[in-house]
Amino acid sequence: MITAENLQSLLPFSTVERKDSVLTLTVPAENLQEAATSLKNNGLDYLRDIVGIDYGESLGIILSLTPTKEPKTIVMLKTSASNRENPRLASVEDLWLSAKLYEREVHDFFGIVFEGNTDMRRLFLRQDWKGFPLRKDYDANPKLNPVPTENENLEDLENLPKISVNAEESFEKQHFVFEKEEYVVNFGPQHPATHGVLHLRVSLEGETIKKIDPNFGYIHRGIEKISEIYTYPQILHLTDRLDYLSGTINRHAVCLAVEHGLELEVPERANYIRTIIDELTRIASHLLGWGCMCMDMGAITAFVYGMRDREKIMDIFEETCGGRLMANHSTIGGVMSDIHPNFQRKIREFIPYMRKMLKEHHLLFTNNPIARGRMKGVGYLSGEDAISLGATGPVGRASGWSNDTRKIEPYAAYSKVDFREVLREGGMTFDRYIIRLDEIEESLKIIEQLVDNIPEGNYAAKTKAIIKLPEGEYFQRVENARGEFCVFIDSRGEKYPYRIHFRSPSMTLVNVLKHITPGTKIADLIMLGGSLDYVIPCIDR
Amino acid sequence: MEVKNIKIRNMKPENFKDNEYLEQYLAELHAGGVNIAVAKLDDLINWGRSNSVWPLTFGTSCCAIEFMALGAARYDFARFGWEVTRNSPRQADVIFICGTIVHKMAPVLKRLYDQMAEPKYVMALGGCTISGGPFRKSYHTVLGVDKIIPVDVYVPGCPPRPDAMIYGMMQLSRKIKVQNFFKLPAQPVISAKNSGETDEKGGDR
Repeated sequence: MITAENLQSLLPFSTVERKDSVLTLTVPAENLQEAATSLKNNGLDYLRDIVGIDYGESLGIILSLTPTKEPKTIVMLKTSASNRENPRLASVEDLWLSAKLYEREVHDFFGIVFEGNTDMRRLFLRQDWKGFPLRKDYDANPKLNPVPTENENLEDLENLPKISVNAEESFEKQHFVFEKEEYVVNFGPQHPATHGVLHLRVSLEGETIKKIDPNFGYIHRGIEKISEIYTYPQILHLTDRLDYLSGTINRHAVCLAVEHGLELEVPERANYIRTIIDELTRIASHLLGWGCMCMDMGAITAFVYGMRDREKIMDIFEETCGGRLMANHSTIGGVMSDIHPNFQRKIREFIPYMRKMLKEHHLLFTNNPIARGRMKGVGYLSGEDAISLGATGPVGRASGWSNDTRKIEPYAAYSKVDFREVLREGGMTFDRYIIRLDEIEESLKIIEQLVDNIPEGNYAAKTKAIIKLPEGEYFQRVENARGEFCVFIDSRGEKYPYRIHFRSPSMTLVNVLKHITPGTKIADLIMLGGSLDYVIPCIDR
Repeated sequence: MEVKNIKIRNMKPENFKDNEYLEQYLAELHAGGVNIAVAKLDDLINWGRSNSVWPLTFGTSCCAIEFMALGAARYDFARFGWEVTRNSPRQADVIFICGTIVHKMAPVLKRLYDQMAEPKYVMALGGCTISGGPFRKSYHTVLGVDKIIPVDVYVPGCPPRPDAMIYGMMQLSRKIKVQNFFKLPAQPVISAKNSGETDEKGGDR
């Protein structure tokens, strides 16, 4: 059991604070590695995220940790580097598999060097980018970083600065991602099967993959930075465009975080509508994911079938929310508009239709011996690795990790419905494929229970014209179609956030791809990517 | 001057807006004067070209999902002969830019555009490709793809509905139909100098 007293006695040099289910631990920079190691050894095996933050006089990081045995507990491990010119912190790369990528992200945005991290390249921005954009004193003059308009080759990716722990100079030596004699194939950024603008460099030995090196940033729009000059209702519109396939769910997360801060009571009617819309979004997302995965394996008809069923959901959205893909429906205090008179009727018609179509999908594709033969026994992800990589959502659940936020911390109307968290033990591509179709069935069950019982009343609570969030830190997690989506807000009592951070579940999924592909065939790379179903704009933000 | 009756199936000429630029084209063509045989051959070629415009898939974010919806069963752009989405720029006639273009992507987009064979066309879908859209204030967004490559048709929306995309495609079809295939207008030059500022040459060809 993780409690404040336990942590205090475990780490005597730290200060512990408790707020709801979040325990905040502040440690001095030199004790970071020690604190992280003892937390890891005491069961905090899931590193959710590393958030960088500019405190003004110092640059800080926050590690968000959870023990998988007590998923309700959240431990925030805070530390900061006081030297702004040359900020350095110890790396926790060897403790969690996901840490390397998160540290690269913090390095890219804040310039913190993690001693011991073997890959300190920039993650999103170009290697020649000047400045660290999420620092408060960043100079955004476009003349410093002009738009490159000429063709260019990708040589700058070759060099990989390595940092040694004891070095006085920052870049001790450089090593290469790939050896000179390796056969490297570029895959993306413009490629229809990468599910977005992901750039993978794949090293091959014949047909077998030796190693892959993902490159992000081809759709990095700096949402976290622009959110700092937007008010909370304005930020909501950007969240839909993070992971556009589960846009309403992301938006829901920010609404919940702000409502929590304002202690605003949301009408029950709004909670029901939000939950139904979220589940419809999840079905639409899984249908598209299913269709694209089948298309990646050569079954183009499946894609057309998936899109056909998805259009039914788009019709429901269009009537009630006014938008097809971008529903823009949740708002702080409730939803934008009441439901359309056809809303309930159309959903009642949709549920049996979708059940019938699911049977057809199983009949046509799941039971196809060629498809089964390709999916079974490929791309094994063990439960332990899934936790260490932070692979939440359907991918983690296919490896037996129970991580459904809707069950752990029920929000909106999830505590009122009866549904099953689909878990599988296999961890193979086939498990990740089938789990999405099973989740569609569970989502239908949730909608079925809610749609006839939407309570009467207001659809939104009254809010002030200008929403100012009281000072403090706010954290909210929701389950989107790809896993745990989290919002972290640091407010200074203004109408703009001081810092807002989104945890992208897709980022860890690309890390999973990097982890499971070595040893598989190049033809399976596309299928494995399809089975993980990541959305790149959510990673790049 | 009236726009010559360009036949587009399912849509009458008076239903189109923005006919001025086509009138301008026609005025230029009439001023030059064309030999009848060449003009008839031109019509035939353009009839073929405008009904088999093959798009390059270039989806960076949200608009790409609507583009996929456009290709799927309900909207089905195969009706207009646009069905073969190509994954190689060498085989494509038009590039659909679906989604925000950022600093890191800009050289890649330029490269793809350079690799396409003439005559080539560009459709900018969505607010981000037109002006930066909701991300206009960001440090990493290109404020409109016309800073990098010339654009033929702009389709606003966030994201535009598939119907709006079809309207944009129709406009491009019309544009192709009035062009003189043997004397295509020159490509405007977009240099690094004027990108980032308001450009005079980009935009309409």
